[in-house]
Amino acid sequence: MNGQGIQLRASGLACIRDDRVLFSELDFTLGPGEVLLLEGRNGSGKTSLLRILCSIRLPDEGTVLWCDEDIQELGPDYHARLSYIGHRDGIKHDLTAQENLRMARALGTPDGRWSIDRALEAFGLYGFEDVPTRNLSAGQQRRVALSRLLITRAPLWILDEPFTSLDRHGIQAFEGVMERHTREGGMIVLTTHHRVRLADAPVHAINLSHES
Amino acid sequence: MITAFFHKLSSPKYFYGIAGRWIPWLGGACLLLTLAGLYQGLVVAPTDYQQGESYRIIYIHVPAAWMSLFIYMVMAGAGAIGLIWRIKLAEVIAISSAPIGASFTFLALITGSLWGKPMWGAWWVWDARLTSELLLLFLYLGVIALYNAVEDKRTASRAAAILAIVGVVNIPIIHYSVEWWNTLHQGPTVTKFDAPSIDIRMLIPLLIMAVAFKLYYVTVLLMRARCEVLERERNSKWAQALVTGK
Amino acid sequence: MSHSSLTQAFGLLLKRDLVLALRRRAEMVNPLLFFVLITSLFPLGFGADTSLLRAAGPGLIWVAALLAALLSLEGMFRSDFEDGTLEQILLSAHPVSVLVLAKVLAHWLVTGLPLILVAPLLGVLLALPTQAIEVLLLTLLLGTPVLSLIGAVGVGLTVGLRRGGVILSLLVLPLYVPVLIFASDAVATAAAGIPITAQLYILGAMLVLALSLAPLATAASLKISLS
Repeated sequence: MNGQGIQLRASGLACIRDDRVLFSELDFTLGPGEVLLLEGRNGSGKTSLLRILCSIRLPDEGTVLWCDEDIQELGPDYHARLSYIGHRDGIKHDLTAQENLRMARALGTPDGRWSIDRALEAFGLYGFEDVPTRNLSAGQQRRVALSRLLITRAPLWILDEPFTSLDRHGIQAFEGVMERHTREGGMIVLTTHHRVRLADAPVHAINLSHES
Repeated sequence: MITAFFHKLSSPKYFYGIAGRWIPWLGGACLLLTLAGLYQGLVVAPTDYQQGESYRIIYIHVPAAWMSLFIYMVMAGAGAIGLIWRIKLAEVIAISSAPIGASFTFLALITGSLWGKPMWGAWWVWDARLTSELLLLFLYLGVIALYNAVEDKRTASRAAAILAIVGVVNIPIIHYSVEWWNTLHQGPTVTKFDAPSIDIRMLIPLLIMAVAFKLYYVTVLLMRARCEVLERERNSKWAQALVTGK
Repeated sequence: MSHSSLTQAFGLLLKRDLVLALRRRAEMVNPLLFFVLITSLFPLGFGADTSLLRAAGPGLIWVAALLAALLSLEGMFRSDFEDGTLEQILLSAHPVSVLVLAKVLAHWLVTGLPLILVAPLLGVLLALPTQAIEVLLLTLLLGTPVLSLIGAVGVGLTVGLRRGGVILSLLVLPLYVPVLIFASDAVATAAAGIPITAQLYILGAMLVLALSLAPLATAASLKISLS
């Protein structure tokens, strides 16, 4: 993963929902190794902004540029560069953890350094690889979802409340994973109520409650 | 100059104003042409040697059927423009056209049924044209239902546009399928390339009514579109000034 | 940096959906049962007069197939929508329309193919002559994929709606009518011993058209529904 030259830039973003302007004239630039933390009350548009950055949702105004190209034009080429963890885990409960990750790897850009078993082990799921995920706890299911981030090579991570259902161990483990990612030049945009502490990674914060 | 005009037109505020000025003129022209067409059709045109006086309902039925198809094309076209270039006015035109088109389709069905009773002795027959119109009505109702089911109006417009485009691709297929299935209806009375198989004195009122119906469509479309624009822009300054009287 | 290939993703998604369907085997039976029940209801509804059944049979079987297809449509994207995997498909490095095709193919294998396998039995129940039963199978083979493909567009538009199922039928049924017309006509004509190449060509053309356009329309609909 080369950290040079990649950049995510948002300019003039606006989002309107149910007649309310959630935010407008939103600008930011994110470079390699940087983390963007979105803060704000519930309903202030954090999830909408994350979905705009994924290109799943169209902004009411403004553009998002990845390496100076509009993400709406890039399509799957942009998606190959990002991993998204949303509110819902994005795993099928009738499949085992291994089967879920195999599918996730095929959908994205595989990272040859991490095998599925190693990734699950890194999240403390050793021994649970072939259990149907419906038999796992909520925290374990979340960790299966987060393992996606290891088995695919995506410089940009867009995470919506990634620490949900995680216990202290899980939180620490994931912070370690995030640190390694930024050290290698990756970028992270996330929302969380948890106080994120990452070594050596500049964490910028935008508070959406003040942005309308 | 033309591109500048369209650019200005796509501003909701400008559209609201200019549409408001056109409506009375278009409405007036429509009224005049309707009266002229009805007079020509009901009084002047001769009696049909086969069907007597009951054929005169074609002066409503045929233009209504033409409009039902024409409006669907406009709806799909405007929807496509709104989808590709994200022009709000195109979205408004598309969704404002839907109920008008559905009404013309319904009118065509009712008048077709009324025409059929003296001709075939039954209030409804499954002939090709009527069946196609019925399916067209369902397509319209689908677009309207889908638009109303989605809460966010921008998303609703985009979904309705996709459905309208899919419908447009299917209309010829449905039309020819139904014709294959049944050939009871008399052949088309007016086609562009053949000599019309009806008397010219019967044809003229038909064409007058066709133009009158088009004017009706545009008038009512502008009225509906103005309402839709006002509702979508209700949080903007100009709309609020309008409602509160500055 | 290498992508996993598109073929691999297509194949794995297809396999995933088939495995998921097998793990919920009980649900696979529903559309099939519906198909058989409806077809059996007709003779019970208007008498077992063989000539009447023979005349009405082709249409009846195809209407029943249509309704069974409609019943099974909602399941195409519903569970993926609810657990978040549909978003992941939309955010894939591969073109969405191809992945959609994989899902539609899996859906057809699970819901359409069983109808074809059971159809000969229903043909016998409705007193169809043998050559008509052969043609019935052929029309189902050509027609049920078209139903899945067109249905996918409808499901894509309604997957995010609260009572999407009701609207789905309204959206999809007018689009199903051409398939119904040509397929049931083919079977009825074959029962009368007349060659049916024209109808089969038209059904084939519909299949090709649906294969090329429906995945694109479905991908666009899904993007709108998930925004």
